[in-house]
Amino acid sequence: MAAINDKDAILEGLAEIVNEIAGIPAEEVELDKSFTDDLDVDSLSMVEVVVAAEERFEVKIPDDDVKGLRTVGDAADYILNAQLSTQS
Amino acid sequence: MTATITPALGARHARILGVGGYRPTRVVPNEEILKHIDSSDEWIRSRSGIVTRHWAGPDETVAEMAVIAGGKAIADAGVAPEDIDGVLVATVSHFKQTPAVATEIAHRVGAGRPAAFDVNAGCAGFTYALNLAKDMVTGGSARHVLVIGAERLSDLTDLEDRSTAFLFGDGAGAVVVGPSDKPAMGPVVWGSEGDKSDVISQTVSWEAYRNGGEGVRFPALRQEGQAVFRWAVFEMAKVAQRALDAAGITAADLDVFIPHQANMRIVDSMVKTLKLPEHVAIARDVETTGNTSAASIPLAMERLLATGQAKSGDLALCIGFGAGLTYAATVVTLP
Repeated sequence: MAAINDKDAILEGLAEIVNEIAGIPAEEVELDKSFTDDLDVDSLSMVEVVVAAEERFEVKIPDDDVKGLRTVGDAADYILNAQLSTQS
Repeated sequence: MTATITPALGARHARILGVGGYRPTRVVPNEEILKHIDSSDEWIRSRSGIVTRHWAGPDETVAEMAVIAGGKAIADAGVAPEDIDGVLVATVSHFKQTPAVATEIAHRVGAGRPAAFDVNAGCAGFTYALNLAKDMVTGGSARHVLVIGAERLSDLTDLEDRSTAFLFGDGAGAVVVGPSDKPAMGPVVWGSEGDKSDVISQTVSWEAYRNGGEGVRFPALRQEGQAVFRWAVFEMAKVAQRALDAAGITAADLDVFIPHQANMRIVDSMVKTLKLPEHVAIARDVETTGNTSAASIPLAMERLLATGQAKSGDLALCIGFGAGLTYAATVVTLP
């Protein structure tokens, strides 16, 4: 069974993913940052971020839900909720 | 007593004998696209890698482009036109469904009276037809099959859709498939995912267009960019790997990778996901040709060979994927 991460751990993981895919320094990836406006992650790179996050956090993020993930915090909340709902 | 049927006797193996391409005369830079959409050259390049594309003039019809590309492929193959006994044309942009455009093309390339028909499998159309040709040659229903991908996607482009106006181009590419002493075409890995038929589609059906009504415009191609990107990069990388496995080779054995030229970002991400070694030549024809659907793989193959980035005898992984959704991947020896 997959481990449930707390929000800090999810943020840390997302920061590593964004760094790997978009070359943004991990410390600039913060919860209130917008992927497109602040971090220069365009719509296609966002798909790569989402797929990497799915693998790392063992959750599913369908295409229809990706558009709702505007900020890093939105993504962290989504992943946290998805992890909790699969455990319950 | 019942008589015994004589079975067809096919060639032991099949190979691509020659390749040819045709790109329309008119080169369209991003600046021209920007007259219609609120965007920028930088944005188009960063999202697609496309700098220019060719758009066909009135005389550069699907049939005309296909005849030229087909004639070049026949000459490159070193066979006589009359030796062609099968003609398959993959297209989604020939606007006259009956008769199949393949029959006119077969006649005009001098092939006489071969079996001829069109194939519609979206951007996977060429790789579908290529594998049909292989099965015809090895199955004994034809000896030399001309396989053409020909498109005028500029006719199906919504110039006001800022997510697709810059993507599409026109052109035709062709190969001749014939008998071979040695294996030169691996098994095909193909399929369809009809549950995702709305991910890439025509905006309105011809019937709806005929009936008219409020806001009904001429049909164009539309797609859900993020869904297509995810499917193309991550699902198609698995299909590409299965085609390598089926051919009994690894990425290290590969010389060339020719994915459907949908978008440079998809090409780059597929290369990364597949972990292709540095020595593999990658088709990046989309930069100056745009996405030409069924024509993209033979056009890219022709250019790789013409520019010396690939050579005869190289092992190339070809993968087509597109509307349907459909896909087909196979490893071939380049002509």
